[in-house]
Amino acid sequence: MIVERKKLNFWERLYLPAVIGGFKVTLRHFIKVVFKRQPVTMQYPEERWVVPEGYRGAPYLVKDQEGNTKCVSCQLCEFVCPPKAIKIIPPGPAGQLADRPNAEKMPAEFEINMLRCIFCGYCQEVCPEEAIFLQKDWSHVGTNRAEMIYNKEKLLSLGGTHAGTQKWKHKLEEAKEQESFPVKA
Amino acid sequence: MMDAINNWINGLDATQQFLLFSGVKILGVFAVLMTCVAYAVWVERKVAAAIQDRVGPNRAGPFGLLQPACDGIKAFLKEDFTPAHVRKAYFWIAPAVAMIPALLTVAVIPFGSNLGAQKMVIADLNVGILYTFGIVSLGVYGIVLAGYAANSKYPFIGGIRSSAQMISYELSMGLSVIPIFLWVGDLNLSQLVLSQTGFVSWLPEALGGVRLPNWLVFQSPMLALSFFIFLVAAFAETNRTPFDLPEAEQELAGGYNVEYSSIKFALFFMGEYAAMITASAMMVTLFFGGWTLPWFGLDQPAQSILGGLLHIGIFFVKVVAFVFTIIWVRWMWPRFRYDQLMDLGWRKFIPLALANIVVTAIWLWWRSQS
Repeated sequence: MIVERKKLNFWERLYLPAVIGGFKVTLRHFIKVVFKRQPVTMQYPEERWVVPEGYRGAPYLVKDQEGNTKCVSCQLCEFVCPPKAIKIIPPGPAGQLADRPNAEKMPAEFEINMLRCIFCGYCQEVCPEEAIFLQKDWSHVGTNRAEMIYNKEKLLSLGGTHAGTQKWKHKLEEAKEQESFPVKA
Repeated sequence: MMDAINNWINGLDATQQFLLFSGVKILGVFAVLMTCVAYAVWVERKVAAAIQDRVGPNRAGPFGLLQPACDGIKAFLKEDFTPAHVRKAYFWIAPAVAMIPALLTVAVIPFGSNLGAQKMVIADLNVGILYTFGIVSLGVYGIVLAGYAANSKYPFIGGIRSSAQMISYELSMGLSVIPIFLWVGDLNLSQLVLSQTGFVSWLPEALGGVRLPNWLVFQSPMLALSFFIFLVAAFAETNRTPFDLPEAEQELAGGYNVEYSSIKFALFFMGEYAAMITASAMMVTLFFGGWTLPWFGLDQPAQSILGGLLHIGIFFVKVVAFVFTIIWVRWMWPRFRYDQLMDLGWRKFIPLALANIVVTAIWLWWRSQS
């Protein structure tokens, strides 16, 4: 692309219009910051960014509305995780039962290495139980590598309850209704 | 206690008194200048931040006011590293050579009328301005030596650019002040200040209350042009944007001071800011009435200690205004290209300054005839 350069007239060639323009622009910004106190920068540890909805932060495990673990240790998330950040230890044949009805098991241990996690959201997408969600946390600080591996207890406490989806409650109702005939619409 | 000090001072002979008072003045001016240098850096960072919509240093003390102290401590505590490939002797001398001329120039600048019987100028030289130009031209040596001593390419290019730039603009700077001395007829800076009292005489009475101070910049269009040339040359001499080619962070990675670290680097920095402050002080003295203000009789030498302090305050405020403008300009304009810089210096300002001298001389001759 060839840009046609405008021929400058005498007044413009003195650079004075540009000089005055420069003074005006810089003065406007100076006043904006010094007198109106509107800098664009943020004083980080004190002021924090407001995270928008749909933000993909750290993945945490969630509990259902009754405070039970939703994860059933199917290990799909472990399988799909691209950087292999998730590690699940299933309970085994003789292991602990799930703490809620309609689930056969729950993980004995569930670890996410936040140093490996790339916040892609595949775990959330693949989870059949809607037990793991990418939440709004974006600042992860630890003084060593071990601290950055979040275990099941920590993930559950950070995740909180997720009352929005009540998949198993509806499944239970459906199952009960199947006992009666004809099936309600 | 005061009586004892008074008696002791009165007991000294004239030479001893001169030495004593000069020493006190030198100490005072040096202390104030170095504090100003430290806070000029703070102002630079704050103004830069404000113009770029940032906040700037605000952690050390209220409004970051203790930042200069932190910077200073950091500069002293950092490792003073001397690279193996440098020319050692010059490498050590260069920061001092860069710093000293800026400090020496302050000696002839009248920064106030008088306190008691003492004139508020360290050396009341009759050739004040010549002395200034002699010292200012030494300023280039610090940068050239640093560039040569570093023995690597970026500092070398910075040093070469600096020598060419400062020699070019020193000519127009020197030529630009000649009309002032044709006009006033005195090279002594204290006398120069006293010739800028009252209000200008050329404004018609019809304007009513509108009056301009009788500062040299307002006295005639020739002197205003002189000021303009001096201002531009002062930017070039102090290596400030738009004439900061010796440093040119983007292309030379810092220029002449690349190989320096710790307090040696800080000395270059302090030298630059001290030069900026002295250049501002020169402009205030030459063109903006020095310590005078035409109102409330503040244009006559002070009779009391309070008046003397007030004059120092007026001078200080004027200098601060100039320093602020110089800093402001840095965050507004891009750098000149090298050929544009040379073109502006040699083909625009030197002919302009020469023409200004001739026009001023003809005007003064014509006025003396009629």
